[in-house]
Amino acid sequence: MPPELALHVAMYTDVENASFLKDQLLAGNAEFEYAFIDASMILSTKHVLAAAFRAMNDHLNERLKSRNIHSEIVFCLSPNNNIGEAFRRFGVSESTRNLLVLKVATATTPDITLESVSKHLSTHIQGKECAFDDANFRKVSDVERIRKVYKANLPTSRSSSKSGKPVVNGTSGGREFDPIWSLERQILGLMALRGAT
Amino acid sequence: MAEPVSVPQRQDESFLPAPFNTTSPPPQLIAQGAEALLYRTHFLSPSTPAALKARPSKPYRHPTLDARLTKQRVLAEARVLVKLAGLASDPANEINVPAVLSLEWDAARKVKGLSDEQRGARSGGGAGAWLLMEWIEGRSVKDLLRQWDEWYKNKSADVPAEEIARQEEEVKRLLLVHGDLTSSNIIVRPKGGEMNGSSSAVANGDLREEKDQDGPTPPDLNGEIVLIDFGLATQSIQDEDRSVDLYVLERAFGSTHPRQEDWFDAEVLQSQHGYRGSYRGSNVVLKRLEDVRLRGRKRSMIG
Repeated sequence: MPPELALHVAMYTDVENASFLKDQLLAGNAEFEYAFIDASMILSTKHVLAAAFRAMNDHLNERLKSRNIHSEIVFCLSPNNNIGEAFRRFGVSESTRNLLVLKVATATTPDITLESVSKHLSTHIQGKECAFDDANFRKVSDVERIRKVYKANLPTSRSSSKSGKPVVNGTSGGREFDPIWSLERQILGLMALRGAT
Repeated sequence: MAEPVSVPQRQDESFLPAPFNTTSPPPQLIAQGAEALLYRTHFLSPSTPAALKARPSKPYRHPTLDARLTKQRVLAEARVLVKLAGLASDPANEINVPAVLSLEWDAARKVKGLSDEQRGARSGGGAGAWLLMEWIEGRSVKDLLRQWDEWYKNKSADVPAEEIARQEEEVKRLLLVHGDLTSSNIIVRPKGGEMNGSSSAVANGDLREEKDQDGPTPPDLNGEIVLIDFGLATQSIQDEDRSVDLYVLERAFGSTHPRQEDWFDAEVLQSQHGYRGSYRGSNVVLKRLEDVRLRGRKRSMIG
């Protein structure tokens, strides 16, 4: 866990002014230096936090590939090395209804606190703030779209085509097979591998 | 677990790569191999335990070579794990591997150059690459078999035969190996290469109460098999490689669990729900295995 860097996260639903926020971001307005992420493209808290972790780690090692640490977080969500594509897929767009906002505070920006961030955001974002937790993500995430972007596999509901394969572990452990968890593992691995030669 | 002595701990800390040398609570060293050190730590929050496999750089190697080697190894392992995780999403495959959580393959890479003094605090210690994986709770098959063996040796005379047979069944079921992979996994630690992630199912619970409590109890053998440690895994579909793989497993098994050696062949390889039954190409591979047994590893007669 990266020390001395604080990460602030907020989540909003029913956002009205998504295109305004996107314009501010593109204009490079310093007041709007946030990671704006379309929440429907996020599977879980771990998903986005892992991306943030990687971005912060890369920042600490001075190997950001994008403009700033916030754009890096959006980039880190992507399984490939195309920054523009990452923004198109995961960033905020006019059609974004559910928004996730992240802000990183470093040692050099002591004025960024949870208060200042939430105040600034609540004035500028027209939407309903909601809690940053997995339950809310399950409600808004578009699993099929996420799966397509990461080219991941979901378990098929019908039984395997290889007939004659008996169930090996009759008493295989108590954890039910959770497709979201399985998708999440693949995504975490793909995000970690991004950019590896 | 005893508290580590302060001096060795300081030495270990110098190996801890950057984001983790300031983590609190500090990562716990669990194992030390020739290639890497294994720590128990957490990911993002203390509620998510994680395994950190750190490959420190070896100063006796030429630095360029060292960097390249470490990077390749970490990446190779990560790729195999991710690929298997992709396969594992199909429940029919029943493969379990740890999820890759985070990865660092080149700790020295910088996009903007800074002078060494400015970087000093972080780059000290020569920490190389690391791989952060999902923590798998449980014990290795090796441990479980050992414990089972102990129990078997000391069991009291009035334990009915069926219960013994049932226990044996359980153990054999544990040993079942997958055949349906597209990559040939050369598990580096075959004697402990599978960890048994036991979860809630305690079908054996009541069984155990009847046993003699003084002697060692048979371990709870339920749970899912999770494969770990793919440090030397390669992706190859050649039969030769697959049979060498099995051979390694067989020999390692035989050396650590000599009493159960014949089980390996009978159950794992030949039985219907073992290798032979569950994998399409098993015939060829098993035939090759006989050849490999005769001549040993790495003496491939293929040009």
